[in-house]
This record gives sequence, structure tokens and C-alpha cells, in this order.
Amino acid sequence: MSTNTATADPASHRLSDTLREAASKYGLIAVLLALPVYLAISDLISKGNLTDLGNNLVLGLSNGAIIALVALGYTLVYGIIELINFAHGEVFMIGSFVAFGLWGTFGISEGMAVPGMIVGLLAAMIAAMIVCGGLNVMIERVAYKPLRNAPKLAPLITAIGMSFILQNVGILWRGSSQASVPDLINQSNDLVTIGGVVINNGDVLAAAVTIPLVFLLTSFINRSRLGKAMRATAQDPDAARLMGINVNTTISMTFLLGGMLAGAAGLINLLYQTSIWYFQGFQAGLIAFTAAVMGGIGNLKGAVLGGLIIGCIGQLAEFRIGAEWTAVVVFAYLVLIMVFRPQGLIGEETREAG
Amino acid sequence: MSNLRGLLKGKNNLVVSLVALGVAAILPLFFDPLSNLTNNFILAAAFVVMALGLNIVVGFAGLLDLGYVAFYAFGAYTIGWFASDHFSSVNGGEGFHIAAGEFASNLPGIHLNFLVIVVVAVIITGIAGMLIGLPTLRLRGDYIAIVTLAFGEIIYRFAVNGDEITFGEGYKLTNGRQAISPIDSIDLPGFAPFDSAFSLRPFYWFCLVLVGIVLLVNFRLRDSRLGRAWIAIREDEVAAASMGVPLVKTKLLAYATGAAFGGISGAFLGSYLTSVNANNFQFGFSIFILAMIILGGLGSIWGVAIGAILLSFINTYFIPEVFNEVPRKIGLEFDLTILNFGIFGFLILLVMVLRPQGILPERRRALELEGVGAGDAIEVRAP
Repeated sequence: MSTNTATADPASHRLSDTLREAASKYGLIAVLLALPVYLAISDLISKGNLTDLGNNLVLGLSNGAIIALVALGYTLVYGIIELINFAHGEVFMIGSFVAFGLWGTFGISEGMAVPGMIVGLLAAMIAAMIVCGGLNVMIERVAYKPLRNAPKLAPLITAIGMSFILQNVGILWRGSSQASVPDLINQSNDLVTIGGVVINNGDVLAAAVTIPLVFLLTSFINRSRLGKAMRATAQDPDAARLMGINVNTTISMTFLLGGMLAGAAGLINLLYQTSIWYFQGFQAGLIAFTAAVMGGIGNLKGAVLGGLIIGCIGQLAEFRIGAEWTAVVVFAYLVLIMVFRPQGLIGEETREAG
Repeated sequence: MSNLRGLLKGKNNLVVSLVALGVAAILPLFFDPLSNLTNNFILAAAFVVMALGLNIVVGFAGLLDLGYVAFYAFGAYTIGWFASDHFSSVNGGEGFHIAAGEFASNLPGIHLNFLVIVVVAVIITGIAGMLIGLPTLRLRGDYIAIVTLAFGEIIYRFAVNGDEITFGEGYKLTNGRQAISPIDSIDLPGFAPFDSAFSLRPFYWFCLVLVGIVLLVNFRLRDSRLGRAWIAIREDEVAAASMGVPLVKTKLLAYATGAAFGGISGAFLGSYLTSVNANNFQFGFSIFILAMIILGGLGSIWGVAIGAILLSFINTYFIPEVFNEVPRKIGLEFDLTILNFGIFGFLILLVMVLRPQGILPERRRALELEGVGAGDAIEVRAP
């Protein structure tokens, strides 16, 4: 009798555990799919095709590519010092500002020859990446490094302070109203149409910049010496220090990489949205942070995946519910993920979330 | 500084409170009753109430709430809904009144007396505080900050876009950026109706009474079983739980109490400003209040009050009136007012890096930040 229960009990435990695991694992995926599936069915019933949904998703993916670049910066920094770099969105905004400021210097204007423009834009992008990388390193030195041994909320608070300071730098630089910038790449020009789904210049640009950058970053982190040091520091800073890794330099390099990605995202965003605003960083930062959490914060693949998903959700909300409600939908997803699956889609459980 | 801290300890608290409130009460008599300065005093007093509320959540319980503006919004919309003609065709256009003032009792819409509004606001914001707190219970640290921030943003969007949401007989949820206005003035039984065209002093004295009540509640709570439980959770959640502190209840009570203060102040500001505008409920406001308690000293009641007054005056007086022209005088083409949030951000950064315990620190936190553990401090004093 006793042996019977002893064998039955673990089995039932295992079953309930598996069920719970499945619910937590696929619950989020089900929640994520709810909106597109619902829209697909209603499209099929009312129009008989999925062209609209396809168009939304293409826009969502290209938007998501930009978000993913910003999200990578959050996830890199969180992975290594478990800090939400609240000022990261503002670094992205400064990237846009720097890139736009340099258009004149590099002689970029509407209607110039394509090769010249590509060279000019590449130069502007590299400049924005360098400035943003440097800025991010400086932020770390000023606002986070002095507080490395303070209570954990202290650097988060200084991060918020930094974010407001940078927003005001933006206001001083370009005033407080949204401005439109020249549409250099003829952003909304239909490049190809596949089965009614339109792909514009902007979508191609977002993919063309994001994919190589993400590949460069992952191979840097997986292959290079510094990447190895970053991974070691992320796992255990003290052990890494004992192994002869200069933890401070490694952390600075992480901020540099994150800032550079934000700078690149700043330039693409400029070309893609053809507008510039001091406040663009705040919203983009929160959305990108949502993406990073969705993928599992600290996980590079997760940040990209999360960015793409959030991009699609954002576009669906914008076109189907109304642009003024996009933020509500995205933040509602943020709360849901935080509460039900704080470790994200493919991330490991972090200490904070557990 | 240590003498000052000693002065504010124990029984002296009551004396100091009474003296401070007494001085504060006489203060407006030296200024014109309609002057801008009186207006600044009123705003400062209202922000003291809010800051003391946020201090319970962030300072006592250690839960970093970045969405405190939500409770300001709930409090303000409570008075917006229940003390204006927003629901204009209620009761067949006759309106619904509970002890409304002489003027308001003939108007359509729902009109409740301000004291009733305060009770309703406390209930609504308290419940809202618990609802927003619920999802954060399992989380710790910076995740709480982000979830509360997300809630704050969601509430703000609902306030802005609320004019699209209609219910009943075409009532809008909010009036968005058009603002719900006018709002009934405060009309207390036994007093003449408050009239901001005649004198601002009654508003100030009334708000000072609110500050007094809130101070009293804060001191009593801090020294109560609940207050000690909050501080225990802040210091070490796992240790607190294993000592028998019920985490869920204690945390939810922190959220609810903090939210209720925000609601009271929000209702007061709604009435005083005679309008409830969605533009007031942006993220920056949460940070404005957070900056007050960081500046003053997280967890220190007097520190927070001083921080609130200081930052309120920086916002309403020093930036727009004293230093506004400074950039132009040195040849820069902007007013300082556009940089107010940058200045708050800079203050937060400066205080956090240079003096994280704030202007008037709480003793326990000061010891921690000086690198002396609580245990060491006791050992030092032992013979």
C-alpha cells in the first residue's frame, strides 16, 4: 500500500508540474497570438483575404527591427549589471539628433545621387554610433558607477534623472515640438508587391541595417575575447575579476556596444519615420524595454524576437484599434508578461524575477 | 545635523509639528491673499500631502512606484465626476446633490460636498492602489518600478483618450485634454464658500489641515506594527516573511495608503484649479514627486515634507520667476522653464550620487548608507 502511494505521488506531481510548465510556457505565446489570429479570422470573414494583415505585419516587422536594435542595448546592460538603463531610449533619441545634424555637414540632401547618399548616410550612421556609444559610456561613469555598491534601486533612480537631463538636451537642441525631416529614401515607395502585400523602401532599409548589425554583435559576443569577458562578467562579476578580467572595462564596453546600436537605430528611425522629436526616445525606450523583457532580458536572441513581436503588436494596434491606443496595448502586454512570465519567451529566470 | 535629528525625535515630534504648522498658518497673512506667492504656498502644501503618500510606498516599504501620477489622476477624476456638471443629465437634468454648496445645489450633474468627495477619493484610490499593487506582489526591485510605470502610462492614455469612451447617456469617461471644468469650489459646513477670486487663504489653511492630518497619520503609522512591517520588508523581504510579516497584506496596505494620500491631494488640486486636465497626468509628474522624497530623504517624514516644499518652490517660484531670465542674460535664447524637468533630473542625480540619504535623512537609512550596519551601531553604543 505504502509503496503504491509512493510511486503514484511523484507521477501525479510530474503531471501537474508538466501542466503548469506548459501553461506558463505556452500561455504567453497564446496571449501573443490572440490579437493577430482574431484579426486574421475577422479579415477572412469580412474581406476573404489576409492582405491587410500581411501589410500590417510587414510594417510591424520593419518597425520591430528598429525596436530590436534598441532592445539589444537594454538586454546587454541588464545582462551584465542587472540594471534597467532607463536613459537608453534617450541615447537613441540623441542618435537621431546627431545623425540629422550631420546631414548638412556630409552634404546629404533630397534627390542626390544614390551612391553618394549611401556613403553619406553610412558616414552619418557611424558618427551617430560613435557619439551614442561614447555618451552611453559617459552615462555609466557618471550615473551608475559611483552607485555600484549602493542599494539596487539607487542606479535606477539616477538613470531616470539622466533620462530627463538628456530629454532637456534634446529640447535645447531642436525645440520641444515634433519636426519632420526630408524623406531621403522615399520611405513609403512600393518596392515590391507579393500577393497584395506591399514592401516599401523603408522596410528594406530597416532589414538591411538591422540584420548585419545583429549578426556582427552576436558573433562579437560569441567569438571575441571581449565578448567572452562580457559573458563571464554577466555570469559572476566576482569570479570574472578573480580570473583576471577587468570588470570595469568590460562593463564600459557593454555600454559602448549598446549605445552604438542605439545610434544606428536612431539613424534608421530618422529615415523610416521621417520625423524627429525630443520625446521619441521615451516612448521607444519603453517599447524596446517591453521587447527585451518579452524575449527574456539578458538574452540577445530574445531581444530581437521580442522586438519583432512588439513591432507587430504595435502596428496591429495602431491600424486596427487606433494610434492613440497603441501605447496602452503595448504596456498592457508589458504588465501581462511581467506578471505571468517575467523570464520571457526564451530567457532563463533572473534573480529579480524569480 | 545630529542635533536637529535629536530635536525631531519622539515626543518632540508633536511640538515640532505644531510649531511648524503654526508658522505655516501665519505665513500667508504677510502676503496679498491673491498673490502668486499664496498660490505657491497652496501648491507646496498639496505636494507635501502627495509626497508623504509616495514616501509610504517608496520610503517605508521600499517599493519603487514610478506610476504615482495614477493616484493623482484617480483623485482628480473623482472630484471631476462627482463635483461638476460632467454627468449633466443625471436625475432627469435635475442633478444629484449631497450637501452641495448653495451655488452648486441648483446645477445639473452630480455635486457632492468636498468632505464626501475626500472619502470617496480615498476609497477609489485605495482600491486602485491595491489593484495596481497586486500584479507586482511577486516581483522585486526594478520590475515593480516598470510595472507601476506601465500602469501610470496606461491610466494617462485613458485620461487623454477618455473622451472617445462613452457610456450611459453619452457621458464621456474623461474630457481628455479639453479638461472637465468648472469644478465646484470647496464649501465646508459652517464656513463661507471658498472663492479664489476673493482670497486664496482659505484654500491654503484647508490644505494645511490636510497636511496636519497626513503628518499625524504618517507618524502614527510609522511607529505602528504596520510601519515596522513595512520597514522590515524594505530591509529584507525574505527575513521579514520568515519573521511572520504577511507580505501580501503589508504590501497592499502600503500601496493603498500611499495611493489614498495621492487621491486626497488630487481631489484638492482638482477643486483648487477648478479643472481636471489629462495633460497633468504625465510620467514626469511621478518623477517630480519622486524627486521630492529623494531630495528630502527616503523614509524620513520631515525630510520628505521639506523636499516637497523645496521642489515645489523650485518649480513654481525659483525656475519661472527668479532664474528664468538667466539664460537670456548670458546670451542664450531660451527660458529656463522649458528645462524644469531636466533640472529635477539633475537634482535627483546629484543627490543620489553625492548624498543618497537626502537633506534630512532617516536615521536607519543614514546608518546604512554610511556603511555602518544596524548591528554595528548597536555594538558601538554598548559599554
